[in-house]
Amino acid sequence: MRFKFIDFRRLNGGIVVTYLVKRFLALMLLVFSVGSLATAVAETDLRQISQQLVGAKLKVLPAIVEQFEAGGEEALPLLDAMLNGRLFVRKSDKLIVIAERQQDGDYALVDALSAESLSPSPKKRLKKVKVNNRLRVQLREVIARITLSSADPDIRESAVRNMLNKMSDRNIAMLAQAKKVETDSTVMALIDLALAINVLKTTDVQAERLSALEAIDGSLEPIVFNTLSALLAQDDAGNNLEADTAVRAKALKIKDRIQQKIDFFELMEQLFFGLSLGSVLLLIATGLAITFGVMGVINMAHGELIMIGAYTAYVVQLLMPNSLEYSILVAIPMAFLVAGTVGVLIERCVIRFLHGRPLETLLATFGISLILQQTVRSIFSPLNRQVSSPSWLSGSLDINPIFSLTYNRLYILLFALLVFFILQLVLKRTSLGLNVRAVSQNRSMAKAIGIRTEWVDAMTFGLGSGIAGIAGVALSQLTNVGPNLGQAYIIDSFMVVVFGGVGNLWGTLVGGFSLGILNKFLEPVTGAVLANIIILISIILFIQKRPRGLFPQKGRAAG
Amino acid sequence: MKFKKFITATAVALSMMLSLSAVAADTIKVGVLHSLSGTMAISETTLKDTVLMMIEEQNKKGGLLGKKLEPVVVDPASNWPLFAEKTRELLTKEKVDVIFGCWTSVSRKSVLPVIEELNGLLFYPVQYEGEESSKNVFYTGAAPNQQAVPAVDYLMNDLEVERWVLAGTDYVYPRTTNKILEAYLIAKGVAPADIMINYTPFGHSDWQSIVADVKKFGSTGKKTAVVSTINGDANVPFYKELGNQGISAEDIPVVAFSVGEEELSGLDTGPLVGHLAAWNYFQSVESDENEAFIKKWKKFAGKKRVTNDPMEATYIGFNMWAQAVEKAGTTDVDTVEQAMIGITTPNLTGGVAVMNSNHHLSKPVLIGEIQDDGQIETVWETNGTVIGDAWSDHLSSSRNLISDWTAPVSCGNFNTKTAKCSGQNF
Repeated sequence: MRFKFIDFRRLNGGIVVTYLVKRFLALMLLVFSVGSLATAVAETDLRQISQQLVGAKLKVLPAIVEQFEAGGEEALPLLDAMLNGRLFVRKSDKLIVIAERQQDGDYALVDALSAESLSPSPKKRLKKVKVNNRLRVQLREVIARITLSSADPDIRESAVRNMLNKMSDRNIAMLAQAKKVETDSTVMALIDLALAINVLKTTDVQAERLSALEAIDGSLEPIVFNTLSALLAQDDAGNNLEADTAVRAKALKIKDRIQQKIDFFELMEQLFFGLSLGSVLLLIATGLAITFGVMGVINMAHGELIMIGAYTAYVVQLLMPNSLEYSILVAIPMAFLVAGTVGVLIERCVIRFLHGRPLETLLATFGISLILQQTVRSIFSPLNRQVSSPSWLSGSLDINPIFSLTYNRLYILLFALLVFFILQLVLKRTSLGLNVRAVSQNRSMAKAIGIRTEWVDAMTFGLGSGIAGIAGVALSQLTNVGPNLGQAYIIDSFMVVVFGGVGNLWGTLVGGFSLGILNKFLEPVTGAVLANIIILISIILFIQKRPRGLFPQKGRAAG
Repeated sequence: MKFKKFITATAVALSMMLSLSAVAADTIKVGVLHSLSGTMAISETTLKDTVLMMIEEQNKKGGLLGKKLEPVVVDPASNWPLFAEKTRELLTKEKVDVIFGCWTSVSRKSVLPVIEELNGLLFYPVQYEGEESSKNVFYTGAAPNQQAVPAVDYLMNDLEVERWVLAGTDYVYPRTTNKILEAYLIAKGVAPADIMINYTPFGHSDWQSIVADVKKFGSTGKKTAVVSTINGDANVPFYKELGNQGISAEDIPVVAFSVGEEELSGLDTGPLVGHLAAWNYFQSVESDENEAFIKKWKKFAGKKRVTNDPMEATYIGFNMWAQAVEKAGTTDVDTVEQAMIGITTPNLTGGVAVMNSNHHLSKPVLIGEIQDDGQIETVWETNGTVIGDAWSDHLSSSRNLISDWTAPVSCGNFNTKTAKCSGQNF
């Protein structure tokens, strides 16, 4: 609460009254919602507390942070900045400020308590207020207690969720108070959950405990499952820790029901992981499915074309430092153009002279891959480059407390499918696609009816390379961008194309996803290293049985 | 006239030859065996530069024993057998008096037989898995009891961690370290069900299922931590995935043994803030020696360069060797080796490093939290220094072994129960 010293002589009566009424109402609201009059602290007091932060050692910080709770919402910006490591002391006047880095490298300053903007300052004139994990935990708890009375239901929800994991008597009392004024149903349900768990832990009255069990039935919060497990636990001699059989029977039933749900969602999660890995495999293999599958060129430089795409994303990011959020969207067409151009150059300068000589093509493209790697090393240094993720690609979509989909993987899955279907359209519905298919089926016949096969070759190779470049942009969001990026993916992409059936794009789609899902279902059982080995061996065995892959081309196309 | 010219020319030529031979006889050759190309170049190039800087400085002070130091730099190219060949070349062809080098354990293992056969001297500056003590090697990096074990103690006592994930890359250092840690945790009363061990290949990038497993493992209500021996750039997608799946450092802290300032300088540190690193040195440590060292390093290598733990280990190793040579009055390997034991030199964290009779150092152990500017702030440190233990006391196979290179034991692998020296030092 803010109680400024007001010069009443300068105000007319009406304003004073309104002011006082407002303050009074606000105060009453606070009193009722939090239940303690002592929480009201004047700004001057808050400033005094904040001054203790100057030069404070980590050991004394928890005690200082505790005092801020009394400051209520006034202290929130300060606490929040401290949690995120943006709270500083201005060395010149020992003022506590919130600092944000600007474009020019200086820091924009805001007074942590009055929110007044101050003139920017270089980093060296500021000293950071130290914070460690223990303190962050405490800060979160203090913020949760303060925001429990926030007007925004989402903020209240996260406050309750935070308290759910720290059920001290004080937090429970606060939650019980908050329950009386809560209007939002989601927050209410969470509060009920916390109180029910508390009942289970503290009371012995059977009826109360049974109804508490009723209340937590079906919830997927990890703490519910843990509470139930604790209720059903046995000591070393095999005796039940919970004496009440009725409670135990009910808990067991509820736990089984929750376990079933957990099993289901775990399966969904694994499926998503598999699809996501499959989408990466699909992306990196689609380009190869064209150059190798349709044209029949064994292109060992495919991985380096992916790498070029990833570096394009990096360069685009450097070129537009002010709009990092969208640079990735610009990078996609750019990567297509850059990698596509390199692909056309490779085709025009090397591959076209090696038509029908697969062994020499293999060696020549392997040489090209080494040249490309070294070029990138010389230009960008052998160190990895960081392509930062825009915020809309970070974090996850929480479906329920135990099942969430990470945004970067989700978008890449959708993106891979989009690229695949656009490519299908190009091949099936455009004249270029028609020419490509004609040339790949029968080169001399196509030539005889007037198709410029040379031009089609170059365009097809460019298209495949461009898609490899796009895959590179997607990979830049998942892994390190470095000169060796391509090498890590070349084997996988050949594996997918060969497994799916050379010359068949649908085979690549099915092959990519089935390998991804297989890998992710094997991994929990065998570990990541063995899962890779098993997959490689099973593909070798599969190829022995069906040398043309999952979907071999039939009839004349197989030529 | 002509005669005079001839005389002066001869004199000049002679004096040049003399001075040349004088220079040749008057240098002490220092071998530098760090990869300058290949996957390890990122980390090892820095150490080569550190040695060169130390040599330059020593030469400004007048060298050693009145002779200048001459660096001989070779490139083993991250190729482990090539490390052995280059060592042979340094010792037989270049006849170096000492070698500073190696990073990975596998490269050190490949150098060992050669350096013992030719009786050379190697200073190894990187934290490693222990279980080794050669007469010809001085280990200036941390043994497991100077890094991994104190880090686990910190998590257990200060953060009250009860459940443990030991995650590592699949090779010798993580496997040995995790074996020691597992034995240590079980001895401390942790139930085997509360320990999860996981290995991934080099350069692993798809961390979805592993992070989901860690999340599940950590959701039982007991405080959980990850002890990470994940190597190299596989760390970046790992931390990124942790962030994306909503696991913060407060929920499940990750303490890493191979992530230092140098590795952090190339990354977006956002998702890493608050996670922990355990080393014997951080650039952020405030001491006069450290300030001077950072200043010298930035002047030598560039303004944006950072310092890290293996650099400190190189710094200590070089200073100790220089002192031992002065003390012994010669560069003869056997004499210097004996002179090394007991040598002390200031370390960069404000204390004193001592070379013990098992060829390992006494070092302080620091735990720090990663900051958003890529620096690591100390949050905990040991009282005083910890003596490096060549043979772990937590493994049954090495419990009774000690290393002591002073008389009367003079053995790298001495069994205290049977009072016998096996002769096998690694």
